[in-house]
Amino acid sequence: MSLNWFKLASPASFYPVAGRLVPLFWILTVGLLLLGFYWGFFQTPDQLGGSNAQKEYYRIIFIHVPAAWMSMWLYMVIVGWAAIGLVFNTRLSFMMANAVAPTGAIFTFLALWTGAFWGRTSWGTYWDWDPRLTSELVLFFLYIGYIALHSAIDDTRRADRASGLLAIVGLVMVPVIYWSINCPDPTQCAALHQRSDLTRIDGNILFSMLIMTLGFWMYSFATSFMRLRGIILTREAESAWVRELLSQENPK
Amino acid sequence: MARVFWCILIRDLTLAMRRRTDVLTTLFFFVIVVSLFPLGVGTERKILEILGPGVVWVAALLASMLALERLFAADYEDGTLEQMLLTAQPLSLLVLAKISAHWILTGLPLVLIAPLVGMQYHLTGTAIWVMMLALLLGTPILSLIGAIGAALTLGLRGGGILLSLLILPLYIPVLVYGAGAVEVSRIDLMDVQPYLMLLGAFFLIALILAPLASSAALRISLE
Repeated sequence: MSLNWFKLASPASFYPVAGRLVPLFWILTVGLLLLGFYWGFFQTPDQLGGSNAQKEYYRIIFIHVPAAWMSMWLYMVIVGWAAIGLVFNTRLSFMMANAVAPTGAIFTFLALWTGAFWGRTSWGTYWDWDPRLTSELVLFFLYIGYIALHSAIDDTRRADRASGLLAIVGLVMVPVIYWSINCPDPTQCAALHQRSDLTRIDGNILFSMLIMTLGFWMYSFATSFMRLRGIILTREAESAWVRELLSQENPK
Repeated sequence: MARVFWCILIRDLTLAMRRRTDVLTTLFFFVIVVSLFPLGVGTERKILEILGPGVVWVAALLASMLALERLFAADYEDGTLEQMLLTAQPLSLLVLAKISAHWILTGLPLVLIAPLVGMQYHLTGTAIWVMMLALLLGTPILSLIGAIGAALTLGLRGGGILLSLLILPLYIPVLVYGAGAVEVSRIDLMDVQPYLMLLGAFFLIALILAPLASSAALRISLE
């Protein structure tokens, strides 16, 4: 079966496709999250680490780490769609970037929020100027900047292109910001996050973490597509197919 | 090419010299912000010595950011900017000339007044020299990165607040290394070198990429 990808690049033909995909992604989200929660609560050890063990509260990891991963990944997705939009001048890719942004911002906030609770129990503080905390905060600012710039410009075409360019500039800056906060000399400033190493993590913990990540990912698809359908309808409100669609749904 | 650059640079400087108060406002904003901190946190010598570099840098960030709105606004309003977009000359070169003029008018005065401000915070002679050097390398980066934001928010309502939201997160590396250089100079002068070298590297990267990004942003804003 050959799929015509260019056909899907048109908002009119992607609108029904997204509509059919949304329930599928919701089913996947719920299924994966239930499995992840079950595995995370009942199939994993009660504590983490050796001498200074973290007790039950370490289970925040199943929300915290997937949320942090998704927050970074979704920013890459935004930049990817924005770049495609700027290069090929496609409308749908900007709509996609736009639809993903709020979900990404929410995941960034969730990572910071759950991190604060975890930090309170294990480090004794809600907030510290640890490199990763700070760069996650900066990522949150970048998301907010993207959304704010987009909503400040009334002309959609200019809004799409300007905020897309801003997202790309932000991506260039991310490594620079990360290393500058991480300081040139690691012996001078202590980092609270230990170096992460996935191979050293207990298999069951890793499994539930990955399942939760997949669940969050499917959730991102579901919410982005729902938002995308809204954006498509708003922007294409004047076109014939939307009028036809609306007259079918609300016959007078 | 060089003639175009000089032409725009001289033009912008001449225009600014016709209205000198704009330049002085930025400078006095910087001085006032820096002078407010001792009144807020107390005038104890030890606290001020620690706070000094950071406060000076944050004030420099804010001063340079507030002046950014003027970078393209006047030319945008009277249509000069559109003419610049239509010329056969490379737009990024024109933008670079405008950024250079902006730096000479807002960044350079901050560098020159830094010793005076440093004395308010009881910084030593060497620390003041390091601060001037760091500001000399760092303030052009602020103008370069800021130009992207100024171009993106051109002609928007509430542009100033929006601009700060977009640009301030991107200023973080300059703040960290700029203030860091002064900080480590109090311990050992040799430690300053990596900080200044990194600032220099940022400057070079921004010098290459920022004019391109700002001219792309200008084309988006004016199309």
